[in-house]
Amino acid sequence: MKILVCISHVPDTTSKINFTDGDTKFDTNGVQFVINPNDEFGLTRAMWFKEKQGASVHVVNVGGPETEPTLRKALAIGADEAIRVNTPATDGYSVAKQLANVVKEGGYDLVIGGRESIDYNGGMVPGMVAKMLDANFVNTCINLEVEGDSATAIREIDGGKETIKTKLPLVVGGQKGLVEESDLRIPNMRGIMQARSKPLHVKEPVDANAETNTNSFEKPAPKGDVKLVDSVDELVNLLHNEAKVI
Amino acid sequence: MSTETINKEILRGGQFLVKETPCEDIFTPEDFSEEQKMMKESVKEFVDREIWPHKERFEAKDYKLTEEVMRKAGELGLLGIAVPEKYDGLGMGFVTTMLVCDYISGATGSIATAFGAHTGIGTMPITLYGTEEQRQKYVPKLATGEWFGAYCLTEPGAGSDANSGKTKAVLSDDGKYYSLSGQKMWISNAGFCDVMIVFARIEDDKNITGFIVENDPENGISMGEEEKKLGIHSSSTRQVFFNETKVPVENMLAGRGEGFKIAMNALNVGRIKLAAACLDAQRRVIWKATEYANDRVQFKTPIAKFGAIKSKLAEMATNVFVGESASYRAAKNIEDRISIRESQGNSHQEAELKGVEEYAIECSILKVAVSEDIQNCSDEGIQIFGGMGFSADTPMEAAWRDARISRIYEGTNEINRMLAVGMLVKKAMKGHVDLLNPAQEVAKELMGIPSFDTPDFSETLSEEKAMVAKLKKVFLMVAGSAVQKFGPDLEQHQQLLLASADILIEIYMAESAILRAEKTSKNNGANAEYQVAMAKLYLYHAVDIVTQKAKEGIVSFAEGDEQKMMLVGLKRFTKYQNMPNVVALRNKIAEKVTAENTYPF
Repeated sequence: MKILVCISHVPDTTSKINFTDGDTKFDTNGVQFVINPNDEFGLTRAMWFKEKQGASVHVVNVGGPETEPTLRKALAIGADEAIRVNTPATDGYSVAKQLANVVKEGGYDLVIGGRESIDYNGGMVPGMVAKMLDANFVNTCINLEVEGDSATAIREIDGGKETIKTKLPLVVGGQKGLVEESDLRIPNMRGIMQARSKPLHVKEPVDANAETNTNSFEKPAPKGDVKLVDSVDELVNLLHNEAKVI
Repeated sequence: MSTETINKEILRGGQFLVKETPCEDIFTPEDFSEEQKMMKESVKEFVDREIWPHKERFEAKDYKLTEEVMRKAGELGLLGIAVPEKYDGLGMGFVTTMLVCDYISGATGSIATAFGAHTGIGTMPITLYGTEEQRQKYVPKLATGEWFGAYCLTEPGAGSDANSGKTKAVLSDDGKYYSLSGQKMWISNAGFCDVMIVFARIEDDKNITGFIVENDPENGISMGEEEKKLGIHSSSTRQVFFNETKVPVENMLAGRGEGFKIAMNALNVGRIKLAAACLDAQRRVIWKATEYANDRVQFKTPIAKFGAIKSKLAEMATNVFVGESASYRAAKNIEDRISIRESQGNSHQEAELKGVEEYAIECSILKVAVSEDIQNCSDEGIQIFGGMGFSADTPMEAAWRDARISRIYEGTNEINRMLAVGMLVKKAMKGHVDLLNPAQEVAKELMGIPSFDTPDFSETLSEEKAMVAKLKKVFLMVAGSAVQKFGPDLEQHQQLLLASADILIEIYMAESAILRAEKTSKNNGANAEYQVAMAKLYLYHAVDIVTQKAKEGIVSFAEGDEQKMMLVGLKRFTKYQNMPNVVALRNKIAEKVTAENTYPF
């Protein structure tokens, strides 16, 4: 089985977020980047398929050279090869198109992405890739087994779980549950050294225009001070006139 | 090997004192390779996941947890970083070894100690001095964490005077084994070790001999109870008793009577690694103290906004910045020296031994400086937390207790201070470092008329570099005259040696910080302006310490006109043209620390 894990290069959740150029650009200065957590659950599940079922695991990212340390980390964790599509990740559609092209050329049986990246939280890429490839698609996937060309996936639905039987080729939008947090792997020293000699292919992008554009960013308003009120009337007044929620 | 370029012109040990180092020649944490950065992140992740959340258990003397964490460290490859690949290690260079040592030590002194005792003094003597058979048999097991090591040197009557141990090794009649009898104490990892490096005396030899001893209770080895200690609560520390323990003759380490040399060389490596092991502990104290200072509101203001707290945070951050600068500078010198020796045909073992020995002075300097920094840092950490800091519920209390041992083990700071100056004087006598000519130059300068030119200090850090050059003159003036006066008897004048050592330490630390900040500035690196501020702040204190210690030294041995002349020289050599605004520097540094809510440099 050939597995492709899509890796987003995202800011660490503890990073301080700032914008430049009149709030139109994300300021990457001093920001620590990591593997998108939803993708990391997928990568760790892929490693399980590699170790138990002999699958080969490739990882892919759409982005500039600055994303390579994130791909190297995936290699250090145990992926066999990495591909970087050499173009900035602008919007979901263009990224999906690049990924679909990588899948077509590489002939992968299973594509695992995160259900959303934790930076822009678009949540559309895995679905779009599936559509472009005409492959089966399971989103918000919390468990995945593969037997021959059949897959059993469990997905999270409102208030419960749904078990789906489907066929490869399959695209999965994964999340926590594919593996647990305690299963996530810290790259060991040998893995880090081996990552140096594993292939990291740089692929030129196919034509894909972005369909959406970010005009500006806005940070949530900072938390105000706590106000203690003495009477219900004053509370109603503040909720109505100041907070404007009632 | 991760050495990419070897700078053949690198300074020899101790030469920093008489030669100027261009900033491009020093390695700084900004120079870590992508691979080293990834290793650092892995170690941090390991600590955050496996150690930090269990701090309470470590404080409650959960020795099993220490063993468990050490085993996991082995799985991650952390125990074999410095071990050659041939023996199932990773064969990484000295800088990477220091990096791992630095970041694994952040969460608790218990793990820092267990890790240091196992990888440093537990494993390394076999890697460096063992025969091929001994290495094949023991090193792979130690490198992977299948077995753990301990180091048995200290005895009830033999501490700083390590060569005076009473443990005996008696050869059997058939010549097949030695029978070891004696008592060892303060043995780290004793409770779970599988193999020990034990030092004992054969007959009436002048020097002790090292042996590799497998831990087998059936073979006359017994342990005392766990010691009740001030800190490092989960580091297993016991007495080890040998009662006619049979050790095959092939387990002798190096030759008969070589033990003292092994012990001393192992300590050189141990010292610089201990400095590294005190760095992340400081970063974590600063991180927690800053978070607290930002959260804690008094007089309707987060206390981080008060000058009293800013001053503390700035000084704490500055010290760890300086400690990093000097530690990695020396580490890269050692790594390069090892590569040079290997390229000259030395075996890896030989090269590593000589490479570290070359910088024994720097190793001692770092051990003293950084172990005292963590003590001050954790102390101020408590102070920032106020009453809460005194409670075991905050991380400051354990950090403070754990820090205390660092000034004692791997040679007390007093011994290391005297060693640093003693070794330098010896190197000068042997002609390895020319102190004589520069000292004479200084003497001439003292007699001459001072220049009244106003130097151009417009370039970043140029005044600071000139000041370091002057502080070097202070050392040459004080130590040079002392050597002239006392000759070999100098070692009897311990207080003078201690004062000289403090001058030496301040010079090395301040210079390393200045060169790092200068390099970052020239490369337009991140935080350059803050690095410059920290280098200036540190130097300001260094000048004060040098002045005070030099005064003490001069007055102790010089009288009359000679004394007067040297005191005038001291004044000249410690004078700023533009006095730094220390309050502004501190505010600048502290405001960055509090804005980032952690140690950000």
